[in-house]
Amino acid sequence: MKKSVLLGAFAASALVAGMAQAQTLQTVLDRGELNCGVSTGLAGFSAPDANGVWQGFDVDKCRAIAAAIFDDPMAVNFVPTTGQTRFSALASGEVDMLARNTTWTFARDIDLNLTFVGTNYYDGQGFMVPRDLGVSSATELDGATVCIQTGTTTELNLADYFRANGMSYEPVPIETNAEAQQQYLAGACDVYTTDVSGLAATRASFADPGEHVILPEVISKEPLGLVVRDGDKQWEGIVRWTLMALIAAEELGVTSANVAEMAEGSDSPEINRLLGSEGDFGAMFGLDSDWAVRAIAARGNYGEIFAANIGEQTPIGLARGLNAQWTQGGLMYAPPFR
Amino acid sequence: MSNIESQTIAYVRDTMLPEQDPPLIESGAIKWLRENLFSGWFNTLLTLLSLVIIWWSVAAIGPWLWNMVWNAGSLRECREILAGAEGACFAVINDRWHQLLFGFYPPALYWRPVLALVLLFVALAPILFPDLPRKLLWFSAIYPFVAYHLLWGGSVWLPVGAALGFVAGAVAFVLVRRINGLAAIFAAVLAPVFWWLFLAAPFDSTMSSVLPWGLEFVRSDRFGGFLISLVIGITGISLSLPLGILLALGRQSDMVFLKSVCVIFIEFIRGVPLITLLFTASLLLNYFLPPGTSFDLILRVIIMVTLFAAAYMAEVIRGGLAALPRGQYEAADALGLDYWKAQRLIIMPQALKVSIPGIVNTFIGLFKDTTLVVFIGLLDPIGLSNAIRASTDWQGIYWELFIFIGVLFFVFCFGISRYSMYLERRLKTDHK
Repeated sequence: MKKSVLLGAFAASALVAGMAQAQTLQTVLDRGELNCGVSTGLAGFSAPDANGVWQGFDVDKCRAIAAAIFDDPMAVNFVPTTGQTRFSALASGEVDMLARNTTWTFARDIDLNLTFVGTNYYDGQGFMVPRDLGVSSATELDGATVCIQTGTTTELNLADYFRANGMSYEPVPIETNAEAQQQYLAGACDVYTTDVSGLAATRASFADPGEHVILPEVISKEPLGLVVRDGDKQWEGIVRWTLMALIAAEELGVTSANVAEMAEGSDSPEINRLLGSEGDFGAMFGLDSDWAVRAIAARGNYGEIFAANIGEQTPIGLARGLNAQWTQGGLMYAPPFR
Repeated sequence: MSNIESQTIAYVRDTMLPEQDPPLIESGAIKWLRENLFSGWFNTLLTLLSLVIIWWSVAAIGPWLWNMVWNAGSLRECREILAGAEGACFAVINDRWHQLLFGFYPPALYWRPVLALVLLFVALAPILFPDLPRKLLWFSAIYPFVAYHLLWGGSVWLPVGAALGFVAGAVAFVLVRRINGLAAIFAAVLAPVFWWLFLAAPFDSTMSSVLPWGLEFVRSDRFGGFLISLVIGITGISLSLPLGILLALGRQSDMVFLKSVCVIFIEFIRGVPLITLLFTASLLLNYFLPPGTSFDLILRVIIMVTLFAAAYMAEVIRGGLAALPRGQYEAADALGLDYWKAQRLIIMPQALKVSIPGIVNTFIGLFKDTTLVVFIGLLDPIGLSNAIRASTDWQGIYWELFIFIGVLFFVFCFGISRYSMYLERRLKTDHK
């Protein structure tokens, strides 16, 4: 009884908070900067550099949105959030949006009153083993000791996968990725499992990356999304369509280098609508017609952001894979701007 | 020396022989070794075992430390310099030390936290060393406001206004005391509250518009690294001692209401882990406060940490109070001292002296517990070490960061502990 009263009060105050924050765009404009929740540090996705400036794939999404609103990619206040604090920080209004490794799941979308506006990065759980082990497929891992972060969906996925394949394993629980690297390199476990992007980044940091293989099996779907609160369609639209504009820009060949020129007007009506020389889409969610031009000019289109932070030219060296454009066999597909 | 007598009586030697060196095994290093390291078969065994362990450790860590690299832009460069050899890559400290110390505090303003730290020692000196002139205590009293202004900046009138609240309390106390002693205590509490609630804000805005003095404002989310540990730790330490004393006295009080409030507070706080209180500070308060109130996260954490430490401190001091013989209380009564005078002059000086090891223990524990704020997303040194590892330059670095952070914490905790030993020696007046 007591508990339900407490939960009721909790829900009611969250509701009040939600209603008061219905006008997120206005709040952000009044404040003069975007509060963006990022992870406290994930290689290639979000990390502060030596000057304290945040860099990374997720970070650049926030910068694009800030540019769309303020014409200033630096008008972002990055709030580091942990796995435990991220949703509360968003629900309570401490941050305006989350751009961190948060998997889009049913329960989070529906039960937590959050809205996933789209998939920022398609990830999946994989395995890394030392080459000496002579393993070429995850189906040969019966009886292996596995380093795994506790309390994550990774742990559940692993249990599901091994049970479904009738194999056994011995978990070595670890707390952080850095600890996992130490344990794995010290030989405390045969296999390290986490998201493939994390495995790639980890392997790249080894003294001898060639001695380790990432197995071909990907055993889970981890669509990492941008998240906003329920109940503010305007703000949801701004975040979703800024992401879509970045994706569409890559498909249409609009880059940070040529966006200014193309904004003058081009032969393609789709590009003209995206960049605001035709129609006035920005006004529909309270921005001006150049919003997408500014968002693309900030850090480039989706492909440029990918290449600069986690692409094959970077130490992390991720291939596009599922994150290629749909025209290239990937899943990145922006709905039409019309 | 004469040889005559020794020839007259052959069997008596009546002259001194020249002194000889002690036998080799009874002198110098060999004697020390024999007495301290090889004084029996068991000790010999332990010595040999220790030597083996020391050898192993040095062989394992020695080359790693010996080959340390201090100048490189990334872990890859470190590895190129080492060219396959084992070696520590302390270049990460060289690259990021300012971040580990100050977080995201603007580099041009680093002098402000540094000055605040230097002034902290000046302010602490008269409290810690009674030989210094007492007038320095005035500086200690205004130090909290100076430090706030140095760290956060903004209008200088905000801390001045806050400080004036205490002045208002003191003035009210002195004025009303002539009429009634008890009323004076109430006046001393109510006057500052009234000042802060109703007059401080207008005072601040008026003075700011007339004389817009002040340092550049630095937001709390720019704080990080060791700076955040020190701010939380030192504020918690200095506030928890007086609060703890009051709670301990309250728990011993005869007044039922006061006693039960103190007991419930202490038992509740001690029954809950610090991490729970931190999550409450960072998550729950957001829901319960009116939307739009941005109640500074660091301030919330400081309040929670202080309350937590105060509850522990209260129990430590209660232990000290319990150690005093009943005769001390009776002697105070017999002298005709009232409650506060008895506490101030007789009970507390003895109780606190007994509790020094426990108090210092709580201080050091509190200071190290500040690293728990990493779980609510504040970037203290541990949090920053994760963030630094997430940059592509330094991914894969591990022990170097922890060693640096460990050394920093050791310096502070060791300093506190040495001071407490000095204090115990100085206050030693018993008859042992």
